[in-house]
Amino acid sequence: MPKQVFYEDVEVGQDIPPLIKHPTSRQLVMWAGATEDFYELHYDKDWADSRKMRIILHGRLKAAFMGQLMTDWIGDEGELKKITVSYRGMDYPGEDLTCKGKVTGKRTEGDKHLVECAIWTENPKGENTTQGTAIVDLPSKG
Amino acid sequence: MTQTQEIIDKLQSLIGIAEKVTEVEADKSLVRRFAQAIGDTNPLWQDEAHATRTRFGGVVAPPHILTASIMSGAGIRPKVTLPFNRTVDGGGEIEFFQPIRPGDKIVSTTKLVDVRVKDGKTGRMVFVSFETIHRNQKNEVLAKSKATIINLE
Repeated sequence: MPKQVFYEDVEVGQDIPPLIKHPTSRQLVMWAGATEDFYELHYDKDWADSRKMRIILHGRLKAAFMGQLMTDWIGDEGELKKITVSYRGMDYPGEDLTCKGKVTGKRTEGDKHLVECAIWTENPKGENTTQGTAIVDLPSKG
Repeated sequence: MTQTQEIIDKLQSLIGIAEKVTEVEADKSLVRRFAQAIGDTNPLWQDEAHATRTRFGGVVAPPHILTASIMSGAGIRPKVTLPFNRTVDGGGEIEFFQPIRPGDKIVSTTKLVDVRVKDGKTGRMVFVSFETIHRNQKNEVLAKSKATIINLE
C-alpha cells in the first residue's frame, strides 16, 4: 500500500498520482446495475446506432472515477470533504481514461487540514473531458 | 403565450416548492457492486480488519457512492415538466459531512432551487438546479449535493 500522505508533505502545485481507467462495455453494464441508471445510450448499440449516436460513459461514472482518484491518494487517514464535477466531453468504452489532479491550495480550518485540488479526466488524445475540484482533509504530523 | 413559455413559467413557479424524499439502504451488497463497477478495490470499503485500524474505525461506504444515480440521479428529483425533449447532465457537487456506514439508510430530500433560460447556439437552454440533503436513519446529515440538468431545444 502507498505511504500515507500528510498535510505537511503536500505542496501547492504538485500533481496527484494519476488514475488510469480502462472502461469496457461490461463495466458500463455493471455501473448501470449498481446505480440504476438504465439509459440505453450506455449499453444498447442498436438503440444508439438508430439514433446515429455512439455508446458513451455515464457522466456520473466519470465523477466516481474522480472520487476514487482522491480517495486513492488520501489513504486510510484522509477524508474527502467535497467534490465538484462538470462535463466537457464524451468518453467511450474501449478507450483509456486518465484521471488527473493538481493541488491548488492548503488551509487549516479548526481541527481540519484541508487541501484543495483541481481534478480532471483526459481521453487518449489528451483532451480534457471532465473538469472539477476536490477538497480533502488530511492527517497532520502535529 | 406559447406552450413552451407556459411550461417554463410553471417550472419557475415550482422553485422552492417541488420536493421529493427518497430512501436507499447503503447495504454491503450495494457497496460491493458499486466498488466493483468502478474498479475501486480500496480495503476501507470492504475489509473490516483493515478499516478498524484507520480514522474511520470500521468499514465505510466510498463517499463517491453518492454519485450513483439511485442516490443522486433522476429518481431522487421531484418530477417536473420540462419544455424540450433533450436533457443532459450539467454536473454538480457533493459536500461530505459524515462517513456513510454499511447499513445506513440514506434519506435524500431534494428541492428544485433554480430555473434559468439561456440562448445557446442551437436554441434555448433551460438550466434546472436541485439541492439535496442526505441524512441517515439517525437524522444526521451525511452530505449535501447540488445538481443541474440542462434541457435543450
